[in-house]
Amino acid sequence: MWMKALVFAVALGSVPGLALADARNDAKEQVKFGIAVAQRGLWREAIYRWERAAKLDPTYAAAHNNLAIAYEHEGELDKARGAYEKAMELEPDNALIKQNYELFREINDRTTRKDAQ
Amino acid sequence: MTAQLARTLSSVAVAALTAACASYSEIPIETPIRPTMDVSAFQRVLVAGFISGGTDDVDGNLETTRLLRSQLRTKSGLRVIDSDALPLMEVASEGRTAAGAAGQAPATPKDEKEMDLYSGVFANVEYWKKIGEEYQQPLIVTGTVLFTPHQRNSIVQREEEVYDSFGRRRVVPVRTYMERKGFVLTPKFIFIDGRTGTVMHSQSAREEILYNANQATPALSSYFELMDRVLPSFLSALSSQKVKGTRVLLQ
Repeated sequence: MWMKALVFAVALGSVPGLALADARNDAKEQVKFGIAVAQRGLWREAIYRWERAAKLDPTYAAAHNNLAIAYEHEGELDKARGAYEKAMELEPDNALIKQNYELFREINDRTTRKDAQ
Repeated sequence: MTAQLARTLSSVAVAALTAACASYSEIPIETPIRPTMDVSAFQRVLVAGFISGGTDDVDGNLETTRLLRSQLRTKSGLRVIDSDALPLMEVASEGRTAAGAAGQAPATPKDEKEMDLYSGVFANVEYWKKIGEEYQQPLIVTGTVLFTPHQRNSIVQREEEVYDSFGRRRVVPVRTYMERKGFVLTPKFIFIDGRTGTVMHSQSAREEILYNANQATPALSSYFELMDRVLPSFLSALSSQKVKGTRVLLQ
């Protein structure tokens, strides 16, 4: 009897962990699919997939990074900035996200030049 | 047993490395940049001419007018009007005399301060309105172009051949402090509404190029090299442009 109770308690304790792992796995699948379609030039579909991934697992930096790239490609620069900043916040030491963000900023700054009236 | 464990560990390491390598991929992107100005009200553009200064080796007015017209023909949706470049220096000088401005403006401005003496012409609404009427109210592009010789001493890295005691040749980078000569290009593009004669937008830039002092580079080729750097920003003011680049997707 005590054995049954122990098994039940262990199972109950691991449920939130399992749910988190499931969310990350589902998000990973969405990200992977998004990459495949983006590589074929289907950027709107990629955005849909990566938005889903970010919703499933809001702590998944790769989803935000990829979303930022897609927004950038679509000319939605404000949204791109937001997504890059989120990715940087989640993984501040990720050199690849940093590099993407620097390249984005270079273009974005060009559109908001100070010397223009 | 130890060998088996080592094999297992190495295969796990290889798998982990492969997974790490496959966890990102480069992708080319094209970022569309919306134009700074709304030029939908215009079908035609007149590159009217420029007040130019600096070196006498390049006619900044003529060359800039020609270059911008050819760029606008291929990279904007506007019809480019063919006409002679306006004698803006004369118009500006007349304007200064009429306004009773103190001091005489130099025939060729040599710096930005002297260039400013002519800038009143761009605020002459009546003049630009008249030009607009003459050319059926187009978008007017004008401004100033200062192209000046420049020299600076700086540290330059170059490669030098060295031979070791065995006679083997090596190329090593050597940093040298040397005199360099070149040019500075300071254009200011002004966009005027041909219907009202008022300034819609203006943008400035500054680009410089330096060569080794013993290198003889024609002023005109330096001018085109520098204008090449400025053109994307000029074009993005009135037509949408696409900036090509590469980003890294993560998994």
